[in-house]
Amino acid sequence: MNKILALAGVVIKELYRRKDFYVLFILTALITLVMGAANFFNDTNIVRYLIEICLLLIWISALAIAIGTAARQIPAERENRTIFPLLAKPVTRAHLLVGKFLGCWLACGIALVVFYTFLAIVSGAREHQWPVVHYFQALWLHWMCLAVVVGLVLWGSVIFSAPSANATICLIVVVGILLLGRHLNVVALRQAEPLSSILYTVYFVIPHLEWFDVRDLIIHGQGLVAWPAVLLASLYAATYTATFLLMAWLVFRRKALNV
Amino acid sequence: METILLTEDLRVEYRTQTSGVGRKVAVRDLNLRVQAGEVFGFLGPNGAGKTTTMNVLLGFVNPTHGNAYLFGVNVREPIARQRIGFLPELTYYYKFLTAEELLRFYARILGIPSSETDKRIARLLRLVELEAVRKRPIKTYSKGMQQRIGLAQALINNPDLLILDEPTSGLDPIGRMKVREIIQRLRGEGKTVFFSSHELGEVETVCDRVAILHEGELRMEGRVSDLTQKYQTDLEKIFLQVIGYQSQSCP
Repeated sequence: MNKILALAGVVIKELYRRKDFYVLFILTALITLVMGAANFFNDTNIVRYLIEICLLLIWISALAIAIGTAARQIPAERENRTIFPLLAKPVTRAHLLVGKFLGCWLACGIALVVFYTFLAIVSGAREHQWPVVHYFQALWLHWMCLAVVVGLVLWGSVIFSAPSANATICLIVVVGILLLGRHLNVVALRQAEPLSSILYTVYFVIPHLEWFDVRDLIIHGQGLVAWPAVLLASLYAATYTATFLLMAWLVFRRKALNV
Repeated sequence: METILLTEDLRVEYRTQTSGVGRKVAVRDLNLRVQAGEVFGFLGPNGAGKTTTMNVLLGFVNPTHGNAYLFGVNVREPIARQRIGFLPELTYYYKFLTAEELLRFYARILGIPSSETDKRIARLLRLVELEAVRKRPIKTYSKGMQQRIGLAQALINNPDLLILDEPTSGLDPIGRMKVREIIQRLRGEGKTVFFSSHELGEVETVCDRVAILHEGELRMEGRVSDLTQKYQTDLEKIFLQVIGYQSQSCP
């Protein structure tokens, strides 16, 4: 466990010593604050739109951080040759993968805490309400969703040698799932065989990341998601994450690494 | 005497993209035995299979045939690497970390207690003369400094076997002398050193035994003193003779 934590620590250090996170946070904060400062149409409910925009920016930024961080981990280790002194220690490739996953996931968690705290401050200052539990639930589900994304990207990073190719493919897949995932079964109904079966299979195989998106509940001030449902969603995310990491390990464990 | 490093009929083949060749034999049935306390020079021209052999010893590449053991443990087992230190030819480390953070990271990976880690880091940074820049990110280091921090990370677990892949490559004369001093110091402490180098004068100075590899095959193995006595010449000339190099003088 110590090895995994040490590896994760390096990933987190890398995140806060690079500029990506700060740039994304400042961009999100600036856009939200500028929009918040404007008084559109004298609408008192304008804060709802402000929260909606801020949450959308948080989702985009968090995806960029998760995909960008996870996609470069293994290829950068190989390209910069840092993997060689590392694997020359009693570290297995499974340790490396799990350590990298944990580091990326925790880094995403830290970023989410910063982003959601900012959201809570902005909306609280305008609405004078502090629905902390709602924000916590949204943050938790968002973080679980990012676990699946990080697992998927790490799997991609041991298949595709170029981090940019992996990041682009994973971004398309993740955005595709988020936008179209929930409609695939309906689309499948309207198709002839064998396309219908193929679409159904895809529908049941892909991780439904859109289930973790509870932005609408916050924007419209609706109630909390039932905690058992949150627990089930967390288990669902854990299962997909473990599956992706297992697939990554199966590809990576026998891969020749030439000094 | 304990056998520290052993290879048995080690063979490594690669698939090649070149049509008509199919597979290339990088290492051909290599049998090596390195005893405790030896400084062993692993020599050969570029492409001889030295680095591939090291890759197998470190578990980066699986052999096509045969086995390799470190301390009697098959190199496929991660525990075989618990008592070794490795310095690759080209050393690149996490550039955003400082020297101290890098050594702390490797110490944690190796399970060294934190009370012991501080002492070791201080001692190693003194040894490689990087104490003054311990808080500076590695990206600001020169090549020689990076090679020295590489050496420090290889020694962090106080290894019984040190594997060095061309440790003096690209270093200035002072850097080379420093590496040589460290190897001799380790020999004095009874450590085993297995290293590849193209600096044959240096090999002759520090090594007890050498093996010469050419086209993946072991062409010669023996004590440096025995070889130079037998051939009545220096190691460089023996090496050129073994690999069949013919000097082509200008007309």
